Amino acid sequence: MKMIHYEHIVEQVAEMCKKSNYNLGEDVYSAFKLALQTEQSEIGKEVITQLIENADIAKTEQVPMCQDTGTAVFIVEVGQDCHIVGGSLVQAINEGVKKGYGEGYLRNSIIYNPLNRKNTGDNTPAIVHLELVEGDSITIHMTAKGGGAENMSELKMLKPSDGIEGVKKYILSIVKEAGPNACPPLVVGVGIGGNFERCAYLAKKSLFRPLGIRHEDPVVAELEKELMTEINRLGIGPQGMGGSTTALDVKVEVESCHIAALPVAVNLNCHASRHQTISLN
Amino acid sequence: MQKKINLPLQEADLIALKAGDRVLLSGVVYTARDAAHKRMIEQEKEGIPFPIDLSNQVIYYVGPTPAKPGKVIGSAGPTTSGRMDLYTPRLLEVGLKGMIGKGYRSEEVKKAMIKHKAVYFGAVGGAAALIARSIKSSEIVAYEDLGTEAIRKLTIEDFPVFVINDVHGGDIYKEGVALYKS
Ligand code: SF4
Repeated sequence: MKMIHYEHIVEQVAEMCKKSNYNLGEDVYSAFKLALQTEQSEIGKEVITQLIENADIAKTEQVPMCQDTGTAVFIVEVGQDCHIVGGSLVQAINEGVKKGYGEGYLRNSIIYNPLNRKNTGDNTPAIVHLELVEGDSITIHMTAKGGGAENMSELKMLKPSDGIEGVKKYILSIVKEAGPNACPPLVVGVGIGGNFERCAYLAKKSLFRPLGIRHEDPVVAELEKELMTEINRLGIGPQGMGGSTTALDVKVEVESCHIAALPVAVNLNCHASRHQTISLN
Repeated sequence: MQKKINLPLQEADLIALKAGDRVLLSGVVYTARDAAHKRMIEQEKEGIPFPIDLSNQVIYYVGPTPAKPGKVIGSAGPTTSGRMDLYTPRLLEVGLKGMIGKGYRSEEVKKAMIKHKAVYFGAVGGAAALIARSIKSSEIVAYEDLGTEAIRKLTIEDFPVFVINDVHGGDIYKEGVALYKS
């Protein structure tokens, strides 16, 4: 049986926190470059130019690209044949977040209790989703999820009779309502199906798929493309000041659900779409 | 077109600025976000005056990251302004002339801006490392216990913003989107 040490996880997670905040992924960076070519508005182009320059500065100086260094959200695929020694997995992740956010000069944005609003001072607790998989390795996916875009996200239990048109209309309405608040250009994550809580998770999970990669199911991939076109027709544009680049990408995940249900969740991500993945084996 | 403006904002600047203008701001601004706004307004109700004189000033809605050694400030981009809407009309009443943030303002705030002749600027949300370069000094002047949410006095130089709402009722969020909707 494979042994994975607590300390090893702590170190790796700390690095992921720093890297995700300093180094914008190649996928997002390429999407900026492409948007600069296609964007129709002058103001929009200026915004994208600033975003490219910002990503360059953050990477060169190893400083956070955005002051909101996010909630640290993890999806961890745990091989059922591996064994973690020296402490618990969730504890190790939180220890890593504390270390990474501290050493990395990242902002602590987490509060103990939404009602009394006192900062925990180390950006923990992280949000950790565990998925048990086959094998003996651990794959950790991490995102630093900004508050601005998260705040404009929403979930609705549609009626089955609303159908695909109803689903699209709902997604567009959320993007429209978010306008400038979610820091467009956006990555729009959509969950369809599951149940109430599963649907929200699907939407979040969809955001972990790199930009430019379509869903493997051609029907879902087609829906992503259609939504992308329709969202970019809304005219919201970079930072909501008008333009043809409202979304850099749209991701959809679909799952089975109850005969009476049509849950749809829209999890918006800003252009600071910060993701890291590592495998421990 | 890009304009350069030295703070504090003069009456003539306020009238000349139009929604959609690109502006480079230089001078002094104060940072305040959710917790600082809440405390200012709540304490004022108890008779405690604002910790800074806001007349003719500009507030920047930001909660920066901690500064790395040798740096003036950490990354410092705008936060969503709408969360301050509840408190803003009172601040405009006492003479606040400008706000820098991102995102929609309420109708009430927009009306108060026209009434008191104040401008709402948008900085690019997420361009925090770039923006930090135009901040030349930073000093905590009130509510130090609020950490990232403390009130700081910043000296800025060529700080890049766009005019979102001007004193004539112009709104680039509405006008810009109308132009590119298809
Ligand atoms: S929404 Fe994203 S880019 Fe905008 S301030 Fe928040 S984390 Fe930064």
